Amino acid sequence: MTSTSFEATSTVLADCAVIKLRGDIDGGAREALAAVYDDSGPTGPLRLDFEEVAYINSTGIALIVELLSRARADQRPVAGAGLSEHYREIFQITRLTDFMTILAQRPAPADRQIEHE
Amino acid sequence: MLERRIRRVLLRTPGAQAGRSPAPPKAATPPPKAAPIEIAPDDPILVHLRRAHGAVELAKLNLDSPALDAMIANGVALVVPLVSNDQLIGVLSVGPRLSGQQYSTQDRRLLETLTAHATPAVRVGQLVREQQTEVRARGRLEQELEVARLIQQSFLPEQAPELAGWQFAACYRPARAVGGDFYDFIELPRGLIGLVIGDVTDKGVPAAMVMASTRSLVRASAQRLIDPSAVLAQANENLCPDIPQNMFATCFYAVLDPKSGGLRYANAGHNLPLVHSGQETIELRATGMPLGLMPAMRYDEFETTLSLGAQMLLYSDGLVEAHDSAREMFGTRRVIQLLAEARAPQPLINELLLALDRFTGAEHEQEDDITLVCLQHAPARRADVLADFAVASAPGNERAVIRRVVAAVAPLELPATQLERLKTATGEATMNAIEHGNRNDPSLELQIVVAASDAQLVVRITDRGGDRTVPTPQRPNVAAKLAGRESARGWGLFLIEQMVDGIRHEHDAERHTLELQLRLE
Repeated sequence: MTSTSFEATSTVLADCAVIKLRGDIDGGAREALAAVYDDSGPTGPLRLDFEEVAYINSTGIALIVELLSRARADQRPVAGAGLSEHYREIFQITRLTDFMTILAQRPAPADRQIEHE
Repeated sequence: MLERRIRRVLLRTPGAQAGRSPAPPKAATPPPKAAPIEIAPDDPILVHLRRAHGAVELAKLNLDSPALDAMIANGVALVVPLVSNDQLIGVLSVGPRLSGQQYSTQDRRLLETLTAHATPAVRVGQLVREQQTEVRARGRLEQELEVARLIQQSFLPEQAPELAGWQFAACYRPARAVGGDFYDFIELPRGLIGLVIGDVTDKGVPAAMVMASTRSLVRASAQRLIDPSAVLAQANENLCPDIPQNMFATCFYAVLDPKSGGLRYANAGHNLPLVHSGQETIELRATGMPLGLMPAMRYDEFETTLSLGAQMLLYSDGLVEAHDSAREMFGTRRVIQLLAEARAPQPLINELLLALDRFTGAEHEQEDDITLVCLQHAPARRADVLADFAVASAPGNERAVIRRVVAAVAPLELPATQLERLKTATGEATMNAIEHGNRNDPSLELQIVVAASDAQLVVRITDRGGDRTVPTPQRPNVAAKLAGRESARGWGLFLIEQMVDGIRHEHDAERHTLELQLRLE
């Protein structure tokens, strides 16, 4: 049994870069997460869209911590959107919410897109 | 009753004016405010004024009235009663005319007209003030009830004991004016369990305070003395010096030996507990005065055995002394019948409350606190095994385990939140077993067992790492991880512990089992 595929794409909007996450965030997401951060531009706020994420395990949480760590080093505030109730609870228990804002709504619509993914 | 409203008459005398009296000089200072005069409810002037029509000249009254004397002494010459709905609600009082002349008929008419206009306004003002006073009093009462409720709830056990071969259930249903019911389960040496139920006289904060003290005293005595009679006697000695006058507490105390079913008990004036076994129901009788009435009391002590299947009910008088609309009491007979028909403690409590509600009717306001504690010596029930399967130790197989566990627990219809937590805990425990227990060796299998009893769901994950040491879960330091001072990993054990109600490790030389435990409602 292998993990389901994971994809991450970034879209740079006027006020932030949106990283769209799809699939399961586990050990198999490592490279895609690292790459999408590189693609999200060097500066400006980041918004992680978890709307299409169904599963995050402890390795996945470690990968999110690594991404947060890079963002902090680059002084980029991070927000998360589209988390399910369960993963909102996990982000609170693990105190990731101390270091990223959790938004209740999905990211801004595509008509605000100003650059190609 | 309305006469009470004018018990304090504020007098503006002397020099009060009415009618066409000459105006005072502009530079004149306002007349001094006279001291209020108390009018006793039985003062004859009240009856006189209520019956009077129009202005009353006080000098012409011949009454044995302290209020009349006081008003005249304070310079009041004339009063006009304020009467609303045939009740005296106040008086308008004036001093002598500045001219020294008598009040004319026209002056009196003017005063009476003024009074006729003022009376409704004064009455409205009085009603508003009464309403405000009532609201303040009600607020204080509600606040006191809330304090009593908080005290009560903080001294009741959070959960009933969980013992193999025994089922416990308890219920405390407070009345609006919270009383002093209490119950307790006390863990004693050698696996014995202390069972306590009690009821303090009175209601509200005083009852809640005495309840808290009594519960603490019984608990403290129970830890030092095993004999129930000695425990009650000691609690009584300690309670007597401090309990407020006219208050006392009834209390039944028993010590259960869960292994044998042996039960030793003593009673300080509480309702007699009932035991149903086989075809008969008996009352556990033991004599003793309530706690706090007088010192140096002795308490009878008896012993019985709760045989397999026996069910025992402890209850407070709020149950048996509840009334229906015809003032008939619920009584012990109905309780005995329901006890005989009940299968287990929780259904018994549900049935009792349902029957009580039907008996008292929907509109009934509960008169007293109701406390029910029920236990049954039930055969130890083996948990039903819902799934028992093996998976290879390959990374990623945790999701196969999650799917099979979810399918296995489907009949339990877990709440969504609990199911999600179970999925996360199962996944993390499986990942640890694959990585740390079986060292990612695909030739080694994990064994997964899912089992459920009435109260608990367990998932056991067994790997071949019997020799490994499992670290104690600690809250990861996110800040240190973000700063790169710690590895970003290390969340698994912490998450497992947070997601379930309990975990248990078992080892032998070869195998390690992690049991995830979830309470079932």
